[in-house]
Amino acid sequence: MPSVLPLGDPAPSNGLLPPQVVDGAADRAFGLYVHIPFCAVRCGYCDFNTYTATELGGGASQDAYASTAVSEVKLAARALKASGLPPRPLRTVFFGGGTPTLLPAEDLARILGAAIDEWGIEPGAEVTTEANPDSVTPESLALLKDAGFTRVSFGMQSAVPHVLKVLDRTHTPSRVPQVVQWARDAGLAVSLDLIYGTPGESLDDWRYSLETALSYEPDHISAYALIVEDGTKLAAQIRRGDVPGIDDDDHAAKYELADQLISAAGLDWYEVSNWARTPEQACRHNLAYWRGDDWWGIGPGAHSHVGGVRWWNVKHPTAYAGRLAQAVSPAAGRETLDAETRNVERIMLEARLVSGLGIESLGEQGRHAVAGLIADGLVDAPAAFHGRLHLTLKGRLLADAVVRRILPD
Amino acid sequence: MSPMARTAPVPAATDPAIIRNFCIIAHIDHGKSTLADRMLQFTGVVQSRDMKAQYLDRMDIERERGITIKSQAVRMPWELDGTSYALNMIDTPGHVDFTYEVSRSLAACEGAVLLVDAAQGIEAQTLANLYLAMENNLTIIPVLNKIDLPAAQPEKYAAELANLIGGDPDDVLRVSGKTGAGVEVLLDKIVRDLPAPVGNPDAPARAMIFDSVYDTYRGVVTYVRVVDGMLHPREKIQMMSTRATHELLEIGVSSPEPTPSKGLGVGEVGYLITGVKDVRQSKVGDTVTNLAKPAAQSLSGYADAKPMVFSGLYPLDGTDYPVLRDALEKLMLNDAALVYEPETSAALGFGFRVGFLGLLHLEITRERLEREYNLDLISTAPNVEYEVTLEDKKVVHVTNPSEYPTGKVAEVREPMVSATILAPNEFVGAIMELCQSRRGVMGGMDYLSEDRVEIRYRLPLAEIVFDFFDILKSKTRGYGSLDWKADGDQVADLVKVDIMLQGEQVDAFSAITHRDKAYAYGVMMTGKLRELIPRQQFEVPIQAAIGSRIIARESIRAIRKDVLAKCYGGDITRKRKLLEKQKEGKKRMKMVGRVEVPQEAFIAALTTDESKDKAKK
Repeated sequence: MPSVLPLGDPAPSNGLLPPQVVDGAADRAFGLYVHIPFCAVRCGYCDFNTYTATELGGGASQDAYASTAVSEVKLAARALKASGLPPRPLRTVFFGGGTPTLLPAEDLARILGAAIDEWGIEPGAEVTTEANPDSVTPESLALLKDAGFTRVSFGMQSAVPHVLKVLDRTHTPSRVPQVVQWARDAGLAVSLDLIYGTPGESLDDWRYSLETALSYEPDHISAYALIVEDGTKLAAQIRRGDVPGIDDDDHAAKYELADQLISAAGLDWYEVSNWARTPEQACRHNLAYWRGDDWWGIGPGAHSHVGGVRWWNVKHPTAYAGRLAQAVSPAAGRETLDAETRNVERIMLEARLVSGLGIESLGEQGRHAVAGLIADGLVDAPAAFHGRLHLTLKGRLLADAVVRRILPD
Repeated sequence: MSPMARTAPVPAATDPAIIRNFCIIAHIDHGKSTLADRMLQFTGVVQSRDMKAQYLDRMDIERERGITIKSQAVRMPWELDGTSYALNMIDTPGHVDFTYEVSRSLAACEGAVLLVDAAQGIEAQTLANLYLAMENNLTIIPVLNKIDLPAAQPEKYAAELANLIGGDPDDVLRVSGKTGAGVEVLLDKIVRDLPAPVGNPDAPARAMIFDSVYDTYRGVVTYVRVVDGMLHPREKIQMMSTRATHELLEIGVSSPEPTPSKGLGVGEVGYLITGVKDVRQSKVGDTVTNLAKPAAQSLSGYADAKPMVFSGLYPLDGTDYPVLRDALEKLMLNDAALVYEPETSAALGFGFRVGFLGLLHLEITRERLEREYNLDLISTAPNVEYEVTLEDKKVVHVTNPSEYPTGKVAEVREPMVSATILAPNEFVGAIMELCQSRRGVMGGMDYLSEDRVEIRYRLPLAEIVFDFFDILKSKTRGYGSLDWKADGDQVADLVKVDIMLQGEQVDAFSAITHRDKAYAYGVMMTGKLRELIPRQQFEVPIQAAIGSRIIARESIRAIRKDVLAKCYGGDITRKRKLLEKQKEGKKRMKMVGRVEVPQEAFIAALTTDESKDKAKK
């Protein structure tokens, strides 16, 4: 979640949504995102909305956070009902951050429990939490499993100490296999997050990180190119010349290596930056984002989407807690998408998926662009002949350019 | 010291004996406008509280650049020894491109204030205008300005001026336009030293047009100096070069706001309004006479403005073409020197080939189009007019490289200029080196003072239109100044260099150069484009060629990554907005074949930024 909120329209204080969100709601999955805005340290590359424990006080403190989040869960349930949406049990829940596991497992369990009390949960629902290898124990993982969590995503990032140092990650690489084993023992599916293209990381460093991660046999891997966001410590270090800058060609080579090694280990890509061992092990919560399903985002700065309305909460935990203390919606702004904009988003998001896009759903310009995309090796020819726009490896690396070519001017 | 005049002489009834017509000859930055402002203030025509710095320079661009493009005339009263005089200050354009307009302004005066910065000394263009003034037999009052500056060297430059125009260094006045010091003495001296205008009040009216300006509300405002006879409101007048007749709707003087009068008599300077809408009907240098009682002979010195430099102007957004067309039409109303015709470029779309008096004229015109008409423009590299004779004796005039004939060429002639460069003598070597590298032939060199020289070269115009002046400035640490005038043509060994992107010729980058410089141009342009054009989804070769012979090549590697790694719930809105921005950006791309070339690349490739950057280093 980027730290800068978009510009949008004002959002009503009761959280009510416009009537259009009801259309087709029964066909859309409903999910919950819970943002935990705390970290033990602030990483140099991170521009997410997160705070170290000592930064916040009052209702925004780590101790009080679960109660505050639960009050938004209740507000959400009221608002959705009052907006005329049908009751829908949760299909996916995702706790992200920050570092969710900095909160006691009991707090995470309490928030999840409150959500299940309000909406219920589908059988076989996916419930994920992100976790830092430093902040879990066998006991805490077992407790999460008992509370209904099914999946844990560890922020491994790299197996190379000098890379972790540039990223300000505090864990020691050797802890990762241990926590993966604990999660398995607790009965949780395991995903590992990796970052490539960190300043100073060689191709061999990256190969080592990939091979190490794969040796733990995760069910799922996410591999992200490092994005240097304005205003981060890393951006300042690069600007001063303390660490080398980012090179897109280096990123491309590392992405190709990642795809090669991860595929060889038996995981398949299903989104530009995500690979799963089986289709069932793909992150269904993230797929919901890309397929335009509904979700409510709990927490400061969290984004939500219901039926073509996107909104986002106030960013600062203190402001967030203050709103909820007065039973006022914490939404800072929202946008109501028209049909054309929803179509742009659909194309932009679905193009990134292995399932691709139906070519017939594109505009005339998009359909005409397909031949050129095949010629440039960006789109798979046999799939296109069967009516699907499916990115090749080269096309995945140029996905944004492909999207610009298939969207109408 | 004289007081402000108690009673101002009345226009139309002013004895020529109490009229003084003068102009100020000065280089850009030497403080002409500030001095003029101070005169307006001291003579009381502008109240101090209404004073807007540089009152006479009306256009924003002029004020920002500190230069005067369009002259105007202001009538100011001044009293000396009990007599009230009418002083007409005729503001002259200060730049080399406007030599003809300067010459007409000078022809309207009996005297000139030669204004020189006491810290910098005289510059080449001032010297050129001084020659013009002396050729017109004007009485010169030498003045050093900015004497309040710590760096001022009044003794040195007074000696330089005295040496140039004759006389004693002690006679050189010292003023400060900024503080007002010496300005009243100067006004007195103008009255004392300058001759009164002489003319025949009973002869048929003859008035010389020294400027004409288009005004949205009033149509063309024509500035004239009456030589013989008298002009009255409501009478029919005739332009002697075009024979066009108009009714004089209004006649008056500027002081400095337009003030209608009962007419203008011998020696007077003022404005005419006839209701015409196009400055071409009121040409600078033309003679105005009375239709009922026409003069037999027009005043001498009239000439048509001749464009010397040509450039293609294209709207960045093709849909702005009609806006550009209308804007040029409107600018033409106010700029008799501007010529243009529609032109099509494969790379740039629809635009116009526009002829200018010189580079500054080009830059100012482009800036006005962008600012006043809210246009984003690409201007192609400036070209001169070549005369190409084919083997079948057919003659083609080429102002655009893409029109260069493909058939067998027997001979190419290019326009030449004689250039005068003034600089401290320590830079002589560097200047000679620069001029030789531009195919110049030295004409001579003179010392203006102990350490300042005047160097004369004959050069191809094409060699000085692109970056010559910038380089001259950098090689002389800013001290060098340049003036030039047309000086015939010569046969030269010229070739056309084409630039190709992915095998597609980009006409906007073609150039006509001397054969010896073709390779350097090719290397420069292909190198520049490699830096300027972003990587595409495929490799893009860039080549320079003479005909089918490749003389330089570069290549832009294909881009390998263009994808945002993370796109989750909170990223979608931001990502979509970025995409919309990128789509907008794509619209600003020009397609050359399949290659997307940003407008900025065209602009950067076609401008002389590089030489400016070098100057900074």
